[in-house]
Amino acid sequence: MIAAKDRKIALWNIGVAYTAFLIGTLCGLLQVFIRNDALQLPAWLDYYQILTAHGVLLALIYTAFFIFGFFVTGMSKTLGTFGPKVWLFSWIGFWVTLAGTVLATIMIVSGEASVLYTFYAPLKASGWYYVGLALYVVGTWISSFALIAHYLVWRKAHKGEMSPLFAFMTIATLVLWLIACLGVVATVLFQYIPWAFGWTDTINVELSRSLFWYFGHPLVYFWLLPAYMAWYLIVPKLLGVKVFSDSLARLSFVLFILFSIPVGFHHQLTEPGISNFWKFLQVVLTFMVIVPSLMTAFSMFATFETSGRKKGAKGLFGWFAMLPWKDVRFTSIFIAMAFFIPGGAGGIINASFQLNEVVHNTLWIVGHFHITVGTPVAMTFMGMTFWLIPYLTGRKFTKSMQTLGFVQIITWSIGMLLMSTAQHVLGLLGAPRRTAYSSYNNHPAALEWFDGILTSHVTMAIGGSILFISAMMLMYIVVMTMFLSPKAEKPEDIVEFPLADSDRESSPKFLENWKIWIGIAFALILIAYAIPLSSMIQHAPPGSEGLKTW
Amino acid sequence: MHLHKYEKIWLAFGVAALVVFLSVVGVSAFSHDHTPAGGMETIDPKKVNETAPFDKPGVTQLDDNTYQVAVVSMAFGYNAPELKVPAGKEIIFKVTSTDVVHSFTIDNTKVNLMVVPGQITTKSYTFEKPGKYLILCNEYCGTGHHLMYNEIEVY
Repeated sequence: MIAAKDRKIALWNIGVAYTAFLIGTLCGLLQVFIRNDALQLPAWLDYYQILTAHGVLLALIYTAFFIFGFFVTGMSKTLGTFGPKVWLFSWIGFWVTLAGTVLATIMIVSGEASVLYTFYAPLKASGWYYVGLALYVVGTWISSFALIAHYLVWRKAHKGEMSPLFAFMTIATLVLWLIACLGVVATVLFQYIPWAFGWTDTINVELSRSLFWYFGHPLVYFWLLPAYMAWYLIVPKLLGVKVFSDSLARLSFVLFILFSIPVGFHHQLTEPGISNFWKFLQVVLTFMVIVPSLMTAFSMFATFETSGRKKGAKGLFGWFAMLPWKDVRFTSIFIAMAFFIPGGAGGIINASFQLNEVVHNTLWIVGHFHITVGTPVAMTFMGMTFWLIPYLTGRKFTKSMQTLGFVQIITWSIGMLLMSTAQHVLGLLGAPRRTAYSSYNNHPAALEWFDGILTSHVTMAIGGSILFISAMMLMYIVVMTMFLSPKAEKPEDIVEFPLADSDRESSPKFLENWKIWIGIAFALILIAYAIPLSSMIQHAPPGSEGLKTW
Repeated sequence: MHLHKYEKIWLAFGVAALVVFLSVVGVSAFSHDHTPAGGMETIDPKKVNETAPFDKPGVTQLDDNTYQVAVVSMAFGYNAPELKVPAGKEIIFKVTSTDVVHSFTIDNTKVNLMVVPGQITTKSYTFEKPGKYLILCNEYCGTGHHLMYNEIEVY
């Protein structure tokens, strides 16, 4: 078990993550009922306020705090107990991130920031909302630098050695995050805050959108890479084998750093101000992430098969039955992976240049991110929660909790399958996203969308309700394992941090030469962004004044 | 770095598929003019109503086979009177906004474009079937976002 004072940092991060999860999923439940016209909100609460809270709390807050809880635990475990400075800055980072979160949440709840989590200008929220977002980012940076410092101390003491795979992957994810945040920091600090407080009159809208999406796409990889860490490092341990290939795992994480940032324009394919050449160039770069994704898929199946054969599986697919299906820590992650197959394929469709027009801003997109971040990432985090919290609190993960864990992940899968399939199909029919209940004055085209058995508000509401019930079961497990379950006294009750071995000695040294990878990452960013962004500044139309249209 | 033989085959297959996908998308885009909505024209968002073609929004016939439709988007509606266009002819949509970001989306077609204040979005489209098509906004623009719609008649 890791040092008590490191455990405390991790537990506080996870505690905040699940507080955000509780409120965020409740907002999701309210949404499906409002869209179903079954629920009227009181006058002081608006659909778009709830939608903003749902997006911010689940996509930004739940994810980031959980990820830091996981990183702190794993870095303390693999590289040793935090030194006093690392410990101090981890706490400062935590509190600054939390302060930003609370400030932004207050602004959303008081109706001063119904701008959704994309906060597109010239919708103008209270300046304090943007200050909250800036604090959130700065807080995560402080936490990131604390972990990077911990890693540097280790490397200094272990000259010439490859770092443990967990530490390498953590640093890769943090490097990705730090580079990605430069875009959102630039727009919030230099565009939004001066404008929202009235120090400047107007804002360059297209530039702010492009800087946001420079951040917005790698943001999804910031969620995904920690889930991949569980797939690469936790799953083999649960299966009783080693990491399939240490060097390929490292290479795939490096490729994610390179190809997840210079690609933001694929979120802006149907808008003006960016020429087709630059849009297409970024589409090509976007597709490059398919390579490390395929490498990951190969590693996963190779791990499954190796483990099955070791247990005596025969035939082409005999290993499948040998997988530890009764272990909720494994089954949860396996389902998460299965959801990522259609999730990833949908992503390729979305990024396919002109094909994007068919799905852009329809409910298809909502379906897409519920089967990417909403299940592959979230359910991997759930699967990790089952052991991470008991590991940190020293409590038992009892038989009844394990059974409840199964019910929880199965209900989540069913709810998500219903809701996201309905959303995908509705999107293809043309139903828009981000809308409260509307039939467009009973327009026949709009009524037709929701006329099916699958494509109806009812299916979405049933799916959403099942998801909420599942979320509450998870909350019960979280509270029990955090505060109430009996302490693990006997050795067989002690919950471990399942971390697989990897042959790091054989991996080539250049994989851990960060100068190369950060250098190439910036070169690609310059190629993809320098010219189009400077033309947005040079050929900018008169700017926009802020508006509060809610 | 050791690569398993099967992994080499798998990655070669993946990269080949990638090249094929990107070629299909690229050739269709640049040699068949099949690109998404866009355009580089800018406009003063405060002077939309006095700038051509938005000073007289609606349908204009450019020549025998081409029509232009100028639309002004605003919270929460579209200013484009008498939207009637023929089927089988090229329709060039030009859309801008006087306030926040909107979309101009025609149901059952590939017309689905973002409207950004300060910019003019252009999209060329040819309707095949006559009928009344729903136009709606699919980018959040405020309290009345879900009430922002219109209709275009194709004859």
